[in-house]
Amino acid sequence: MKAAIELRQVVKRYGATTALHGVTLEIGDNEFFTLLGPSGCGKTTLLRMIAGFEDVTEGQILLFGEDISGREPNRRPVNTVFQQYALFPHMSVIDNVAFGLKMKGMDLASRRQRAGRMLEMVHLLAFADRLPSQLSGGQQQRVALARALAPEPKVLLLDEPLSALDLKLRQAMRVELKQLQEETGITFVFVTHDQEEALTMSDRIAVMSAGRVQQVGPPREIYEAPVNRFVADFIGETNLLEVEVEAVEGGMARVVLPGGHRIACPAAAGTAGRHHLSIRPERLAIASQGGEIEATVERVVYLGTDLQIITRLDGGAAFDVRLQNSARVAVPAPGTRVGLHLEEGAARLLAD
Amino acid sequence: MKGVRHYPGFTAIALGCLLVLYAPMIVVGIYSFNGSTSLTTWGGFSLRWYADVFTGEEAERFGMATWNSLTIAFMAATVSTVIATAAAVAMVRGGRFRGKAGTFALINLPLMVPEIVIAVATLIFFSTIGLETGYLTVLIAHVTFCIPFAYLPISARLQGIEGTYEQAARDLYASRWQAFSLILLPLMAPGIVSGYLLAFIISLDDFIITNFVKGAGMETLPTAIFGSVKQGLKPNIMAISTMLLVVSILFVTLSYLINRRGQKTLVQQGDRA
Amino acid sequence: MAARRPGERSLLVPLLLPTWAMIGVFMVLPVGVMALYSFLTREFRGGVDWTFSLSAYDQFFFDRGLFGDEAPRLQWAYISIFWRSIWQAVIATVLCLLVGFPTAWFIATRPARSRGVWLFLITVPYWVNLLIRTVSLRFLLRDTGPLNQGLMSLGLVDAPLPVVNTNLAVQLGLFYSYLPFMVLPIYAAVERYNFALSEAAADLYASRWTTLREIVLPLVKPGIVAGCLLVFVPSLGAFLAPDLLGGAKTFMIGSLIDEQIKGSQGNWPFGAAVAVILMTLVLIALVAYARSVTRERSA
Repeated sequence: MKAAIELRQVVKRYGATTALHGVTLEIGDNEFFTLLGPSGCGKTTLLRMIAGFEDVTEGQILLFGEDISGREPNRRPVNTVFQQYALFPHMSVIDNVAFGLKMKGMDLASRRQRAGRMLEMVHLLAFADRLPSQLSGGQQQRVALARALAPEPKVLLLDEPLSALDLKLRQAMRVELKQLQEETGITFVFVTHDQEEALTMSDRIAVMSAGRVQQVGPPREIYEAPVNRFVADFIGETNLLEVEVEAVEGGMARVVLPGGHRIACPAAAGTAGRHHLSIRPERLAIASQGGEIEATVERVVYLGTDLQIITRLDGGAAFDVRLQNSARVAVPAPGTRVGLHLEEGAARLLAD
Repeated sequence: MKGVRHYPGFTAIALGCLLVLYAPMIVVGIYSFNGSTSLTTWGGFSLRWYADVFTGEEAERFGMATWNSLTIAFMAATVSTVIATAAAVAMVRGGRFRGKAGTFALINLPLMVPEIVIAVATLIFFSTIGLETGYLTVLIAHVTFCIPFAYLPISARLQGIEGTYEQAARDLYASRWQAFSLILLPLMAPGIVSGYLLAFIISLDDFIITNFVKGAGMETLPTAIFGSVKQGLKPNIMAISTMLLVVSILFVTLSYLINRRGQKTLVQQGDRA
Repeated sequence: MAARRPGERSLLVPLLLPTWAMIGVFMVLPVGVMALYSFLTREFRGGVDWTFSLSAYDQFFFDRGLFGDEAPRLQWAYISIFWRSIWQAVIATVLCLLVGFPTAWFIATRPARSRGVWLFLITVPYWVNLLIRTVSLRFLLRDTGPLNQGLMSLGLVDAPLPVVNTNLAVQLGLFYSYLPFMVLPIYAAVERYNFALSEAAADLYASRWTTLREIVLPLVKPGIVAGCLLVFVPSLGAFLAPDLLGGAKTFMIGSLIDEQIKGSQGNWPFGAAVAVILMTLVLIALVAYARSVTRERSA
């Protein structure tokens, strides 16, 4: 994989506080790469360092093998879509889109032509002569995209660009963004705190927390094989249980749940002692009896497409089960004892 | 039962307050059109006192004073606006730096110290360094006290402009100077114009400091009016006051409208975004 | 937060230098020179003798008789001018508060769209030449002026109300000069006030005026204090209102300084000393204000 962006031990400190503790990452060419994490995890700082708005305290940022760490933002062939778009309010839509081209020295006729093509791409050619304030939020968003793509950057940086839109528009824009990335073939680095956004669009995701990258991988791997408690908890919903590893044999461990039930799950040789176990609530089946785990139903919550069954294990731990809302499902009544079947690979032992 | 916002009598006081603020000006405005030579007996509508301002025996004195006032206001407003714009960019966009609080206090100093103290201090200072009082000393003093008045609307405007506009420009290959001249300056323009107009009026209106540092023989419009009033209020003063009043109100209204229109373009985008 | 790149720091000095130079050289330095002057000896030909002397302050506070050889007694002439000035400024401030608070409240409770216009109407007079406004007020109030003429023709009074050349005229003049300074900070405070608090108080059986006293006033106090300061400070050093509206009996600090510096019998070190004392008073007021603000914040 040829790296579009390579971060080498990048550190960011503000006085005594450290925002990033030595981040090392490689982002491939043509990749839709997402930095995902809660607010304050350092993802936006990282993006702004790539753009050149923040200095690098230590480490290096390489763009296609070239060190750009100390360069001014106007000398980096990357463009940014800002969170609140930052469209220049005193310029028309087409002047906004043509601004980068003008700065790069393109003549008036060619830049008007190219800006026009960009607006056509985002279906806004009819609005070329309006002011940004005369557009809706979704339209402004597309202008911001066109403006950032117009100078043909090597990498496009997107700082939570969908957060200001309402739900329906956000969902539509996800598809549009992904298509745009595939059509243009430009590397997208996308920052968000919304895991659904990250999972639906990205080729790979870096999950960040407290200034560190916790896990990097494709969406499926991040969701199904979280490496630690933070990732398991932050991505999707999960049941986190503290368990005791009894024995490991042939790549499978036998673990004891808080209630005393024993289940098997994959584990590396040599694993022992207390660990956290993650079980996704939708990877379970409910039966009136049998199953690896027994629990008592406490409450059934209707969620539309799903039913959430809140149960309690014998040891006292709360335990969630998700069932698809379908006529074929028998909904257990509160107070009944049920057996829970784990699908294969549903239980995952976490590193910490 | 009215809402909790309502207090009996407050509306009456507020309207009375406006009446008190405007009544003297309106009365003078009306009486400036008095045709009678007596100040307060109404002798029918007439423009004779306006004519008197331009052709009467004091016309030359007032003409010279007006010329001085306008040229000084023009120069003082121009220079102080440039200085204040530079200061506002440094103060608002410069982040945290040593001496920021001190600079802030310095800029606001002319607003804190009583005018009469500034007037005395400036006169003593010019006399000590041997600079003869006159046109130049008035101009220097005006530039100095106009700085905070120009600074206020400019810095307020700049605070309302998000830093991301400049970052977006830099991201799109604009140099630091291009980001300033193509993006920030046009966005600041309403604040700068507003600051300029306010500095102009403040200079045009100043009496106390000017009166101390102008020296003998040199007059601005307010000092000329004051001198004339000291001899007794005459109808031509009413006419000249009304004209000055109208100019001030015109300028302030202009400044207000420009600022408000500028505000709209910034606010609207933020709202919808 | 905007990014700080190293290069941008180097621009700070050239951008701020003109401000530092202008205000530093032509305002801070002069105030220093003036303070120095107040410790110099007066020369009878009008200038000063550059020898250290406390005579300006001595003259302000003590009376040593006509030839300066008697035992010093406290000199009341100047202290009473200060006392009168403070008193006049206090009355003007109270007047402004009594009118300014309801006005600010009224504006803050208008619909958001029209508030700007009301505020504008309040601020316009401030930008109109103070000299002209004071002259106008004198014209309105004088014995033969439109106010008295109106009152007499309505039969409300038999003889003109003698307003001009009284303390009342000066107080009215100060009130009229600085009223907008009271309204604006109080408006800013009331505008931030959450009216749901008044509703909560009313819900808990507080009357309208109890709510004002117990809930509103404590919360908008910073605005009120700021407004009082903004009216009090310029009133204390005012020159035009006492000079044009008052008579000899209403002599205030501003007139005293003017007389000492510009008058034919002038005494510059003495005038400078009076200015220094005035500035000290203002400084005390400002420091008291700053302390009340910090106390408010830490509380």
